[in-house]
Amino acid sequence: MKPRIPLASIVVLSLVLASGCGGGDDSSAAGAATAHGAINVWLSNNAQEVAWGKQVVQAWNAAHPTEKVTAQEIPAGSTSEAVISASITAGNAPCLIYNTSPAAVPNFQAQGGLVPLDDFADGTSYVTARSGESAAQYKSPDGKFYQLPWKSNPVMLFYNKKEFAKAGLSTTAPPLGTYTDFLATSQKLVSSGAAKYAIFPSPSSQFFQSWFDFYPMYAAESGKQLVVDQKATFDSDQGRAVSGLWQQLYAQNLAGKEAYTGDAFADGTAAMASAGPWAIAAYKNKVDWGVVSVPTQAGSAEGQSTFSDAKNVALYTACANRGTAWDFLKFSTSKEQDGKLLEMTGQMPMRQNLAQEYPAYFTANPAYKVFAAKAAHVVEVPNVPASVEMWQAFRDSWSNSVIFGKEDPNKALADASAKINNLVK
Amino acid sequence: MKTRVLGRQPVGLLLSAPYAVFVAAVFAYPLGLAVWISFHKYIFTAPGVSVPRPFVGLDNYTAVLTDPAVRRSFLNILIFLLINVPLTVGLSLLLATALNAAIPFRTFFRVSFYVPYVTASVAVVGVWLFLFGSGGLVNQVLGGAAPDPSWLINGIWAMPSIAFYVTWKQLGFFILLYLAALQNVPKELYESAAVDGASRWRSFRSVTVPGVRPATTLVTLLAIITGANLFTEPYLLTNGGGPSGKSASPVLLMYQRGIEQGHPDIASAIGVLLVVAVLLIAGVQRLLERRQA
Repeated sequence: MKPRIPLASIVVLSLVLASGCGGGDDSSAAGAATAHGAINVWLSNNAQEVAWGKQVVQAWNAAHPTEKVTAQEIPAGSTSEAVISASITAGNAPCLIYNTSPAAVPNFQAQGGLVPLDDFADGTSYVTARSGESAAQYKSPDGKFYQLPWKSNPVMLFYNKKEFAKAGLSTTAPPLGTYTDFLATSQKLVSSGAAKYAIFPSPSSQFFQSWFDFYPMYAAESGKQLVVDQKATFDSDQGRAVSGLWQQLYAQNLAGKEAYTGDAFADGTAAMASAGPWAIAAYKNKVDWGVVSVPTQAGSAEGQSTFSDAKNVALYTACANRGTAWDFLKFSTSKEQDGKLLEMTGQMPMRQNLAQEYPAYFTANPAYKVFAAKAAHVVEVPNVPASVEMWQAFRDSWSNSVIFGKEDPNKALADASAKINNLVK
Repeated sequence: MKTRVLGRQPVGLLLSAPYAVFVAAVFAYPLGLAVWISFHKYIFTAPGVSVPRPFVGLDNYTAVLTDPAVRRSFLNILIFLLINVPLTVGLSLLLATALNAAIPFRTFFRVSFYVPYVTASVAVVGVWLFLFGSGGLVNQVLGGAAPDPSWLINGIWAMPSIAFYVTWKQLGFFILLYLAALQNVPKELYESAAVDGASRWRSFRSVTVPGVRPATTLVTLLAIITGANLFTEPYLLTNGGGPSGKSASPVLLMYQRGIEQGHPDIASAIGVLLVVAVLLIAGVQRLLERRQA
């Protein structure tokens, strides 16, 4: 009789191994909290951020030869969040990641991948002293900070002055304040042939795409997060007004519905784009642009909110030398390094009184002033369990009703609201 | 006794051990783990983090089967397979037969058909967006006959468009399989058929088709398996399974649920159902082929 390894045995062995998963001890974590030594950090793959990261690491290493920091870009993957989640599971996450999406924090926290910054003696005070009241939006439901609010990209409305002029529209005070103005301007831009589309946010069904069409306008209209006190807020007059506007834009083909491989604003296909200050460098020498606040029903007003599009820094539990990681986190978010971040990337450090802190920069770079003013009025994604699932539910509903017109948007908002209430309760 | 335990050829065990370990580690263990996960409430955690992972019976399967998006994705993949598999088999056999004949520029054509296969989907998707976009070349040629909304955002045409794209992209590989199989069809059979007065079409049906039947089985199976694992194309070509989920695939939903949303238990249940569905389809296909043979 031939000896064989039956498939069933392999499967049974697999099940036994699988059932043993999830064990282990966390005794090493206690020692790591105060330990000092070499650490590694991940940066976003944005060229300017990489340059900023290199200089901050160099400055740190020069002053701390025994606590060497090594930086690298986040490894390639379909999304940064997928890569970070996999690294948490594998236990090889770095100490700090300077590109942690607030929407992903609840998942990373549930995975046991994040260190609450409150564990450090000066953790809470440092976060709140640096970011002020806006830091509260980044607290997790258990009241702790699992992320340091690092930088925001307040979303505003860029417009192409050349195309506006071609459509006979003012390039210095474009009629974009109210929904009525915005719609009429969009119609004029397209009917005049100035641009193929008035605006072209990605129509993709990825969960985060609503941050660049619905959410900035909803934040401006209501000043609220998508969910407050475990209740969805958007099944409201304000939510319905925003979705009504976008429904008309799509129904009249003023906004593109198809996938687009390039940047529709940069190549002139769309006359407007909703983006943060990162776009200033991206559109330099490509588009003669102007920028205004996103519209509201009653008209743009000073101090109106917008979506933050923030990226934060989190400290990961795989870190063996958390003492150094915390010190480096404070060093890299000091007033000096925040100033360098502003200079090198144009993104807004989440620091109180930004314009007053760096007056020379904003005098030399007036284009960024409006973003600095807006940075004080940002609305973040809600820090709730099932955050990504919640945004996906919203996006699916938005795609079906607003973009593709297969369902009444008001009913879709009501259904999405009920589903999200169920998810976050 | 020792010989009986290790079999008549103990060296054989040694030689086959690396592959057995590979299969166990890379195939059997993940498959077993996926099945185990699908019956538990499960999240991926950092090493050393202990969370309860209770047995939940068929709860994950119930959640999956009552989710309209998942049901729609299985219907989508069925539509995809019904278009892609027959097209793949038919076109690759026809083109392989043509490329096997003494035609001018044969090498050029062989390379041309193979290039899309070896090119990353991400790169060639742009070409299809250009061709099948609302202002694309195809719609310009069709004029008033073009669908509205355009192909990739049309609820009826989105999935067939993906099926055509995948057929085109993978054709080179399947042509290669058929070309290899055609070398094994004895030339005498074609000569006999010619002597009997068979036309080219008759010769193709009565000599070529039966002669490459094992290759057809392989091509069909591979087309079903790769088709069922569809991910990149709906992710890139139709904006992540749009419009309104009409081109979402089960694997795309597995990615959303398991990786993005942190529900590997739900994703595993979808995966297990997909494996079962593929095995069933492949089984039916084998049965039909045996009957034909």
